[in-house]
Amino acid sequence: MTDASAVAAAVADAHRREWAFVLAATVRVTRDIDVAEECVQDAFATALTDWRRTGIPARPGAWLTTTARRRALNVLRHRGVEHRYLPLLVEEDTVPGPADLADDRPGGAEIPDDRLRLIVTCCHPSLDRSAQVALTLRLMCGLSTAEVARAFLVSEPTMAARITRAKKKIAVARIPYRVPSADELPARVDAVLAVIHLLFTTGHTTPAGEELVRRDLVERSIELGRMLRRLLPRDPAVAGLLALLLLTDARRETRTGPDGRLLLLEEQDRSRWDGRAIAEGAALVRESLRARPPSPYALQAAIAAVHAESPTWDDTDWHEIVALYGVLTQVWPSPVVALNRAVAVGFACGAAAGLAALDALAAEPQLAGYGYLPAARADFLRRLGRVEEARDAYAEALLLTENAVEREFLASRLRTLGTGPP
Amino acid sequence: MAQYLILIYEDEAQYATATPEVLGEVMQAHNDFAAQVEQHGAKLLGGNALQSTGTATSVRGGSEVTDGPFVETKEALGGYYLVEAPDLDSALAVGKLCPARFGGVEVRPVMTFD
Repeated sequence: MTDASAVAAAVADAHRREWAFVLAATVRVTRDIDVAEECVQDAFATALTDWRRTGIPARPGAWLTTTARRRALNVLRHRGVEHRYLPLLVEEDTVPGPADLADDRPGGAEIPDDRLRLIVTCCHPSLDRSAQVALTLRLMCGLSTAEVARAFLVSEPTMAARITRAKKKIAVARIPYRVPSADELPARVDAVLAVIHLLFTTGHTTPAGEELVRRDLVERSIELGRMLRRLLPRDPAVAGLLALLLLTDARRETRTGPDGRLLLLEEQDRSRWDGRAIAEGAALVRESLRARPPSPYALQAAIAAVHAESPTWDDTDWHEIVALYGVLTQVWPSPVVALNRAVAVGFACGAAAGLAALDALAAEPQLAGYGYLPAARADFLRRLGRVEEARDAYAEALLLTENAVEREFLASRLRTLGTGPP
Repeated sequence: MAQYLILIYEDEAQYATATPEVLGEVMQAHNDFAAQVEQHGAKLLGGNALQSTGTATSVRGGSEVTDGPFVETKEALGGYYLVEAPDLDSALAVGKLCPARFGGVEVRPVMTFD
């Protein structure tokens, strides 16, 4: 008998590492996502009891896949077509047969890795972004509907309805379960990258609430980034996104002080940045910048790398950062990017130049209601000693910011400026 | 294989004021479209252009008859194609090909009963 807690830990570990692999391989047998999910859940439950008796297998993923797929064949055999309320997924391969269980043999033949199929299906362009994100968390990460709902601050019934609708659309509209052709693949991978990036940014700075970082979402998004990198090792956009996530997350421990207060890049203790993540991210940046034109993720990662590799705030190469933002605005013309470039100009060429660059964006409709614009203006005005205007800008930024930690930062800046003459 | 209806929604006002050259181009575009559908693994089963919504009559609840389309919109249903395609990717490729210079198209799977 293997110790129950060791088995529980091994099953939890396999759930985290192997869920997507096992589910993707099982969907290929069932061609029905719901049935596959049930069978995979059963396989994990079976592992909890069987592994106590037989010991933890050398390849838990293969064991779970075989168990789930065998269960799936049984379910399909005993469940006639009359129970089928949704059409089967479209696949280029034909009907699954006993050959799909070829890995039954001890040792096992290689099970085909279907995770790329599964993730491009989750992120199909005919599904809206919120559905893509929900399906990715549910099917690729194995999160329960309740967990996905909590991650996006919506009620569980709302999230359940969103996931059910998306799954139904995949089956009814016949979204194919396959890896897209070489000419379609880049666009489809872009959608996957956008979903992973959204998961990361949602976790990294939660739009509202008390905690600055929702760690689980950040970790899940990095795991997905690593998985995609293994599946598409030569794709520079994938390398660029993973680099961006690693380099940004390397500063995680230093983004807030012991009291929970937001710490600026300038104030952060760089000795506590994660050196391993920075080294890994920087190597990926170099690789991803070889593409022409470089992807927006690669350029953002390159900017993050300049910060990460700078020994102190004063050593920051702001001219390099301004130049990288310049290239970024070309491949990704966005007012938010222009705002970041303006801030960098302020550090490279002085607060007055930065303020001028910001004021050039004042009429940008997409930035109306965007709290970072008045916050950046406030900072430059403060540096220029224009206290009265700085105070107004901080007050405006406060009105537009919902994250509690960021609000406290703005409020403290406002307090240090004092009340002054009316 | 499955069937999809490609619903063409366009701004009718643009057609009302279009020059004969523009209308000729539109006609040509539809002819070219019909010739290209099969290159995307799909088959054209049928399709029609509709008279403008000014000619529509709606019947609600089986009795109430009103003059006009069921829903008033700037971009109105003006025509459709019925296609057979292996999957949504193929149907969307046909949808992208479908001429709709004053609007766009909606791709809807046809329900099957078996």
